[in-house]
Amino acid sequence: MNHPPDPPQDPLPPPFTHNQPTPTLLTQGAEALLYRTHFLTPSHPCALKYRPSKPYRHPILDKRLTRHRILSEARTLVKCRREGVSVPGVLALDAEGDGASGGWMMMEWIEGRTVREVLIEGAKRRKDDRDEGVGEEWEEGMRLMMGKIGRVVGRMHEVGVCHGDLTTSNMMLRPLDKVQQNGEATNGEHVRRFGEILQGDIVLIDFGLAGQSLQDEDKAVDLYVLERAFGSTHPEAEEGFQEVLRIYGDSYKGAKVVLKRLEEVRMRGRKRSMLG
Amino acid sequence: MTPLQTFHLAHLPPDLAIHVALYTDVQNAPILRDQLLQGNPDFEYALIEASVILSTTHVLAAVFRAANDHLYARLKSRNVHSEIVFSLGANNNIAQSLRTFGITSTTTNLLVIKLSTDPGITALTVSEHLSTSIQGTQVDFNDATLTNMADIAKVRKLYKLGGVEEDGSKGKRRRKDGTEEGSGLIDGASIKDSERVRKELEVAILGLMALKGVV
Repeated sequence: MNHPPDPPQDPLPPPFTHNQPTPTLLTQGAEALLYRTHFLTPSHPCALKYRPSKPYRHPILDKRLTRHRILSEARTLVKCRREGVSVPGVLALDAEGDGASGGWMMMEWIEGRTVREVLIEGAKRRKDDRDEGVGEEWEEGMRLMMGKIGRVVGRMHEVGVCHGDLTTSNMMLRPLDKVQQNGEATNGEHVRRFGEILQGDIVLIDFGLAGQSLQDEDKAVDLYVLERAFGSTHPEAEEGFQEVLRIYGDSYKGAKVVLKRLEEVRMRGRKRSMLG
Repeated sequence: MTPLQTFHLAHLPPDLAIHVALYTDVQNAPILRDQLLQGNPDFEYALIEASVILSTTHVLAAVFRAANDHLYARLKSRNVHSEIVFSLGANNNIAQSLRTFGITSTTTNLLVIKLSTDPGITALTVSEHLSTSIQGTQVDFNDATLTNMADIAKVRKLYKLGGVEEDGSKGKRRRKDGTEEGSGLIDGASIKDSERVRKELEVAILGLMALKGVV
């Protein structure tokens, strides 16, 4: 998912055929291609998620699936955004295309990096320079960031949305506004202090598998998937996950019940019993 | 006098120019509205009630959608110009969208949009026709002017956005326990704050326009 993929097999449909500069492909999943492009003017960056039609599907079914998936993702994003969950806003969409080319959705561009990238770089830098106090600064930064993750996931669950694929790759850490960041940061990246890597707001992305659910089970599975993601790619961050759960537990009324449920899910794994 | 402004939106064909004129103190709204109702082809414009428009992006997003549907030949309303007005709405009810976002007999702030859907339509022909047809003062089409004209409470009501970033709403609550909040945010931040609220409203509206009620 993270390395630049091969040139796309599916050229973008109109209206994305005459644009300058052309959209750049960022990642390619099984269902969709993600591009960086701009909205109405070149100064307004945005993300373009294009779901090409699948030649092996029956055309009528293909059209229906594409339409359904685009609208369902957009619906969830718009709902989240209205309710104050930090997600990219939907700028425009076309769920139909010309009937043969698939559909697309444009979203707000989120600055920053994925939490996964941040954690990997952080771990690397921590190994490289063993300066005085750096460890402490890092611990504190981590604790704050984990708390923010717990809060945003809690808010999402509170409004009745389950993400369905909650991993560290599907969370962005968006740097604070230049104004907010009272450091002048003349040379950008270089002068950034170590702990500042972890500063910013958490924004949840990729709601392709999301759904509206009020069931504790679905929420618990979200948390379980996230816990596994932390455990497998960032072992050093695993203990920090307790902070995610701590803040999550206090973030809305039903959260404690979900945490109870999480213990059950841990015992048996993500999939529910095969009976019934 | 402020001239007619011409735009080219990203991703749309370069020859599809978008001509925009914004008026205040319009005197002859009832006549203009009648021309639309009679389907007079000389008056094929998107005539928009400017007080329910939040920003340039708000209305240009509607133009983008209508133009895209026009290029795919799947308009739901009579022509691309009525489709612009329809696209501003947050549901699939054409008549309702035209009533809320289109010109009414009491309109004084009027936004006029015309697309160069054939080569005979140029900035010159449009501005000549407008100067003889619209009795009003032409002003700059930009975010500052639109903000002054906009009735934010009405916009919130139309899109059912009562809660979004209003005082003491969820957005505020999220920030309250945010740990990174600097001290400089509290004082003298009201201008920046209202700008932030407007952006938040704008993105919520674009989402609702894109979804067209399939919620």
